[in-house]
Amino acid sequence: MRTVMFLCTILILIILFIILYSIFKKGMPALSWEMISQVPKGGYYLGKEGGILNAIIGSLYLALGSTVLALVVSLPVALYLNTRLVRYGRLTEFVRFLMDLMWGVPSIVYGAFAFTIMIALGIRASLLAGIITVALFIIPIMLRSMDEILKTTPRGLLEASISLGSTYSEVSYRVYLKQCLPGIVTAVLLSFGRAIGDAAAILFTTGYTDHIPTSLSQPSATLPLSIFFQLSSPIPEVQNRAYASAVVLMVIILIISIVSRILANRFIKHQIKH
Amino acid sequence: MRASRRIRSGFHFTWMMIALILILILPFALAVGLSYKSGLLFQEGGGLGMLFSSDWRPQAGHFGFMPFIVSSLWVTLIAILLAGPVCILSAINLTYYAHRHVSKVMQIVIDILAGIPSVVYGVWGILVLVPLVSHTLGPLFGHEGSGYSLLTGGLVLAVMIVPFILNILLELFRTVPPDLIDASLSVGATKWQTIKRVVLKKTMPGILSSISLGISRAFGETIAVLMVVGNVIKIPKSIFDPAYPLPALIANNYGEMLSIPRYDSALMFAAMILFVIILIFNILARRIIRGSEKYI
Repeated sequence: MRTVMFLCTILILIILFIILYSIFKKGMPALSWEMISQVPKGGYYLGKEGGILNAIIGSLYLALGSTVLALVVSLPVALYLNTRLVRYGRLTEFVRFLMDLMWGVPSIVYGAFAFTIMIALGIRASLLAGIITVALFIIPIMLRSMDEILKTTPRGLLEASISLGSTYSEVSYRVYLKQCLPGIVTAVLLSFGRAIGDAAAILFTTGYTDHIPTSLSQPSATLPLSIFFQLSSPIPEVQNRAYASAVVLMVIILIISIVSRILANRFIKHQIKH
Repeated sequence: MRASRRIRSGFHFTWMMIALILILILPFALAVGLSYKSGLLFQEGGGLGMLFSSDWRPQAGHFGFMPFIVSSLWVTLIAILLAGPVCILSAINLTYYAHRHVSKVMQIVIDILAGIPSVVYGVWGILVLVPLVSHTLGPLFGHEGSGYSLLTGGLVLAVMIVPFILNILLELFRTVPPDLIDASLSVGATKWQTIKRVVLKKTMPGILSSISLGISRAFGETIAVLMVVGNVIKIPKSIFDPAYPLPALIANNYGEMLSIPRYDSALMFAAMILFVIILIFNILARRIIRGSEKYI
């Protein structure tokens, strides 16, 4: 039995290596400086010159915008759930329950829902629509992961601060936020990773163009969709570029994962030990 | 208290309330929006029979969801059958047998796997799993095919939900009180007996609910499955047949649905089915945990 268990563990490790190896092996040869520094030129999707800079920048805009939007909504709620609202047990449990359910809702449902609303209101696919859709989809993720961290803060910290005369907003933003900064940074970066990698929610809401968007009302290309579209092309060169784009996306995700580890370790020194 | 502090505090509180109300409204808006839009599908007859019909001809106004529902169920089932045992066994191994360093490394591995975007899983599926199923697994069981099949979709999904389930399980096993294990060991049980009779018994509700959450995750996964599952509207007869799960249906057709009447409502109904099934599994998962907390 121990051997089987060991093999299962090793299997997971091997699968990760196979994934990384196959993506990098197939994508690296097609990856060039030109690909990540230029926008598609005429005939790019027939195998001619150009790159996927539009998709890289578009994805970064989209992920950054939606992460900021989600942060603005979920940070206050997560903080107050653990400070001001902590005495309303029913309400906090209800919010947590709803957010858990919303976390489970697949991004395609958010995408379809947002698209229907956009049609009803007559809004075209745009960067802003994509940002809002993705924000809706990462709010539960961000809120619940922050909340889980904040929950671990000792209650005494809240009581001590309040009894010294600070307001709830001061306790929230000066004490709790600082105390839980490593976890919150990790939560934000996790959501950023989700936002940049998701394809289903932006399939209809963000559109696709060949140039870098200059305003929020323009449609925008994104990396996952650029991979998806290039891969469905019958031309081998274009398919190879899809693999190269997958490498770019993978590298971004790996960077996020490394940065979040480093930041989490760095901010840990501000914590009050207990 | 100085006025500026009061104002600032008031501002933060107001903003938080606005955000909280937004967050509380969102799920209901989603539910209402989905049911309103998909309700339009039922206005001109049809009824729930559509769930069990396999006649999918949008131009003629026939929307039979059976092939999609069956495909979704099969893909999910394959994924959970493959991922479930692997996750449980590795979680036991990592919690009770493996060296501290191994557990640490595996935690990083799990985090990376969890962070890989679904489209990359899809690319990997096309690169590795499709040829594997087409050239190796298929012929082994006497099935020739392109490799774009239920099994391929299930395999990709299995890999995708492994980090998700495994994370919950690791957390779960950490909460088992060490006293229980010590007590069992001290009356002469072996380590494996202790795990089987004490740890697994105690965490069974948690394991079931983690599986249930895994199912709901697998059910809604879109892009990766869509890329490898073949997308043929037919009730699959074997796991080597291509299939067409619900999320793929929505993703593939949403762009062009506007020209055909009631098509958009049909796709929203598909989203509604997804939404409801996932809600059921999520609530189920919570119920199992709640129910077990009472008597342990």
